[in-house]
Amino acid sequence: MSDTVETTEIADDRKYRSLWGDVWVQFRHHRGAMIGTVVFFTILIAVAIGPWLWTIDPGYANIRVRNQGMSLAHPFGTDQLGRDMLAQVLQGGRVSIAVGLTAMAIALLLGTLIGVLAGYFRWLDGPLMRLTDLFLALPLLPLLLVIIMLFRDTLRGMFGPETGIFILIVFIIGVTSWMQTARIVRGDVLALKEREFILAANSIGTPSKRVILRHIMPNILSPIMVSATLGIATAIITESALSFLGLGFPSDFPTWGRLLFDGTQYISQAPSRVIWPGLAISLTVLSVNFIGDGLRDALDPRIRGR
Amino acid sequence: MLDENKPRKKPLVQVKNLKMHFPIYRGILKRQVGAIKAVDGISFDIFEGETLGLVGESGCGKSTVGRCVLRLYEVTDGSIDINGTDIATLSGVELRAKRPEMQMIFQDPQASLNPRMTVGSIISEPLDEHMIMTRDEKRERVGELMDAVGLARRFADRYPHEFSGGQRQRIGIARALALNPKFIVCDEPIAALDVSIQAQVVNLLEDLQQKFGLTYLFISHDLSMVRHLATRVAVMYLGRLVELGDAETLYMTPRHPYTQALLSAVPHPDPAQAGNIERIILKGDVPSPANPPPGCTFSTRCPRAQAKCKQDSPKWREIGEGHFAACHFIE
Repeated sequence: MSDTVETTEIADDRKYRSLWGDVWVQFRHHRGAMIGTVVFFTILIAVAIGPWLWTIDPGYANIRVRNQGMSLAHPFGTDQLGRDMLAQVLQGGRVSIAVGLTAMAIALLLGTLIGVLAGYFRWLDGPLMRLTDLFLALPLLPLLLVIIMLFRDTLRGMFGPETGIFILIVFIIGVTSWMQTARIVRGDVLALKEREFILAANSIGTPSKRVILRHIMPNILSPIMVSATLGIATAIITESALSFLGLGFPSDFPTWGRLLFDGTQYISQAPSRVIWPGLAISLTVLSVNFIGDGLRDALDPRIRGR
Repeated sequence: MLDENKPRKKPLVQVKNLKMHFPIYRGILKRQVGAIKAVDGISFDIFEGETLGLVGESGCGKSTVGRCVLRLYEVTDGSIDINGTDIATLSGVELRAKRPEMQMIFQDPQASLNPRMTVGSIISEPLDEHMIMTRDEKRERVGELMDAVGLARRFADRYPHEFSGGQRQRIGIARALALNPKFIVCDEPIAALDVSIQAQVVNLLEDLQQKFGLTYLFISHDLSMVRHLATRVAVMYLGRLVELGDAETLYMTPRHPYTQALLSAVPHPDPAQAGNIERIILKGDVPSPANPPPGCTFSTRCPRAQAKCKQDSPKWREIGEGHFAACHFIE
């Protein structure tokens, strides 16, 4: 009876391991994730404190130096009104990243909540999934136009022009991009709840709420992580599209998407106008994807320690 | 395996006329068109401190009985008295309070442990749910339980995938023991294990039974193992019990034709004598539980079946002391 125990006797006197300690150790071993983390935090710090270090006002137009390439005075060049691109990219990054993270958080929260409820509670499955189908079938752009037309002025009145439009955009992007997450999560929950460890939890008498939190959520982390990282990218790009249509932030208020779209007309004269904001978006999205990848691996005990 | 002159104790578990029908829905409107009669009116008692073996072929409803007895399913009909309380009708809160008395050990030790939880947190989940304990008390209790099932305490921080099948089953057993239950349903606990490990786990179950005075409902299709472990044995066919009796009596003199056929399939340990056993080969397949035959459910395959069997369902009656069977032709 004690044979198995003795044969697996390995001399390790490791202290009590905490879950997050293990996760961090494994995360550090994931090279892509570490590079992603460094890049992402560099971008975050740059846009957070950059505007104080690079003190040129992003809105200051000097028509004599318009459409310039890279130079010492304007490292990223200037636009057609002679505004400094570096200052605009730094300023725009604040908004874009804020929009990306917040909208992703909203979409993820909604998607996970709806997916888990639909997957776990049979009687909610039909109604919630039909709701998801409904949202998927909605033509997004016309809907966005209508919502923005209806609510822009009231929100502007309540929170000021910039905060108002920020809330509106974040909310709209969040509310219209949770469906994929919900579907994936529902599928995973459906498969998971037939597993015997859920039955074991039921036989212990664990209430549904804690079954979901303790047994379901940790096991559906991978799809949620993937959705999250992709969601940030989609949110940044959707915000760009809205700004491009003139429905996002005001035109003198730079965001990465706005800069990119403004620059497309001048792509042959001043390619740097497209390259820098494009690079910023790509790097952010890519680094977040790598972080998500690493986090997913680190959170899976079967991969951990390999 | 228990001494026979010990007086019969009071029943700990009393199941009466238990029915579990799973509805079948068809068509666009999802109307109910029938039901899988997985368990169709069975009654049995389990006495304190004994092991009741429940045997039968695949798909006869053994596991469903086990799950119904712990009310992991909402039963269609019948009553399940555990220690004086009918759990078939308890409300959510009352049922939860009753849960510590009854626990379950599962068939697949891989699937019954959450891969994202450490062994320590798996074993302490019942404690988290039902006990008010400090962290240190919990760790100490988990340690005791791991000692009891033969796992080293320092494995508490590891994950289930790092263990072998037998060790995983021990983790499942430790979890079932955490709340000092009186009654444990063992749902084919050894079916997924290697033969050499099966003996270890069965011995462990026996040791624990003596140590903690446990009562088991031992579900298995391994007839030899049930004979070794069980005090009494119930044989199930297509959602109904066909015979129930003391393990020795039932194995030596099976009365019901199905039990006879089932037991004749057990391989003999001595190859020289193996040829002497007369095998009773049943013809045909098990009928669908969605549409069981009228009369005796076994009548379609029974070598002794007569016209009466196809019409009248045989009564579940006592044919000897503590020996029950359901057949028209047993005297």
